[in-house]
Amino acid sequence: MRAIHVSAIADAVKKLCMDANWSLEPDMLRAFDRALGRERSEAGKQVLTILKQNAELARTRQIPYCQDTGMVIAFVELGQDVHVTGGGLYDAINEGVRQGYTEGYLRASIVRSPFDRVNTGDNTPAVIHVDVVPGAILKIMVMAKGGGCENRSKYVMLTPAAGLPGVKEFIIECVKTAGPDACPPLILGVGIGGTFEKAAINSKKALFRELGSPNPDATLNALEQELLERANRLGIGPQGYGGDTTAFGIHILTYPCHITSLPVAVTIECHAHRHKEVML
Amino acid sequence: MSIKDLRTPLSDADVLSLKAGDRVRISGVIYTARDAAHGRLAPLVDKGQTLPIDVKGQIIYYTGPSPARPGEVIGSVGPTTASRMDKFTPALLALGLKGTIGKGYRGQPVKDALKQHKAVYFGSIGGAGAVLSEFVKKAEIVAYEDLGTEAIRRLEVEGFPAIVLYDCHGGDLYQEGQKVYARENA
Repeated sequence: MRAIHVSAIADAVKKLCMDANWSLEPDMLRAFDRALGRERSEAGKQVLTILKQNAELARTRQIPYCQDTGMVIAFVELGQDVHVTGGGLYDAINEGVRQGYTEGYLRASIVRSPFDRVNTGDNTPAVIHVDVVPGAILKIMVMAKGGGCENRSKYVMLTPAAGLPGVKEFIIECVKTAGPDACPPLILGVGIGGTFEKAAINSKKALFRELGSPNPDATLNALEQELLERANRLGIGPQGYGGDTTAFGIHILTYPCHITSLPVAVTIECHAHRHKEVML
Repeated sequence: MSIKDLRTPLSDADVLSLKAGDRVRISGVIYTARDAAHGRLAPLVDKGQTLPIDVKGQIIYYTGPSPARPGEVIGSVGPTTASRMDKFTPALLALGLKGTIGKGYRGQPVKDALKQHKAVYFGSIGGAGAVLSEFVKKAEIVAYEDLGTEAIRRLEVEGFPAIVLYDCHGGDLYQEGQKVYARENA
């Protein structure tokens, strides 16, 4: 049994929150360059160029890439041979969020109740998903999820008869309705199969795959490429000003499902795709 | 493409000269307000009471900035989705508000009110909050401090870059820009 103290977890989460908001990951920066190479729209190229400058400025000044520093979503892989000591795992993650957002001059964007809408002041709580895995590892993946794009995320329960064509049409429809509101170029995380909640969770988890990397399943990879091509033919473009770069990527995760069901969840993510992970 | 320099407060002539797709640089005072602040302004407008800011000729920027580091003017300060404020916008335009800055589509009632009251909807680049912070020279809270990031702030800006999304003549950059690049079989 390996012991990991909660203070190590809080420290790690604090750093992840600050780094994620200040420094876009290399996969995002490469996506901007790839898009600049093929975008035909002058307005689109200008947006992409400014966003690259924005990333550089945020990193060097240690200020957030986007003022919406998001709700923290944490996916944790907890080895079954790990003993968390000194307190609770969830409390430790939230303590890390509290410290990261306060000390990092990140925006507090969370209200304590959907109805009274009083700001909690420190961006807690996070949304935390824990998978128990074999071994003695503790892996923490953090995403600072913006609200504008999250508001355009969608779910549908299709019939098995709707099949693959129905899934494709729904995903393209999601890109259209997201439009400029969700800050394109977008990244779509898609969960297909499972149940209502499994599809939704998978749509978030899918976003952690490195942007531009192939889906390990060849059939899904081909589907992602087909849908990305279609999304970029819509003409929405960077910021919706018109152009060829409406989406940077579409990531799909599937799960077995009931004979009656074909659930599809689409998380819409903006170009401020802030994600970091650490293995303790 | 040429860039038009604008200084607030805006006149009818300023607004009439702007066309969807025009790039502008805004200088002078603008006010921030988003969901919660609009929620507080709305009942005052309904009852004909005085607002904490005089909106006549002014521009409201839909944003909730991140906190400033010590010694800095403001944190990151990009636009939020404007359509959430649609419910409140026509009444503010009727009071003389001349511009809003945000991102994303807006509803037909807002488009109609822009025409009726001669006003304009500007876009700033969503997610470019770090770059946009460089154009803010001064920031102070003028109302609803308890709302934190959602308080109304008075910003002094110099050359703040924006683009005309909807003009007062019915022009719509989103429609015009996207149809150029939309391809068959999408």
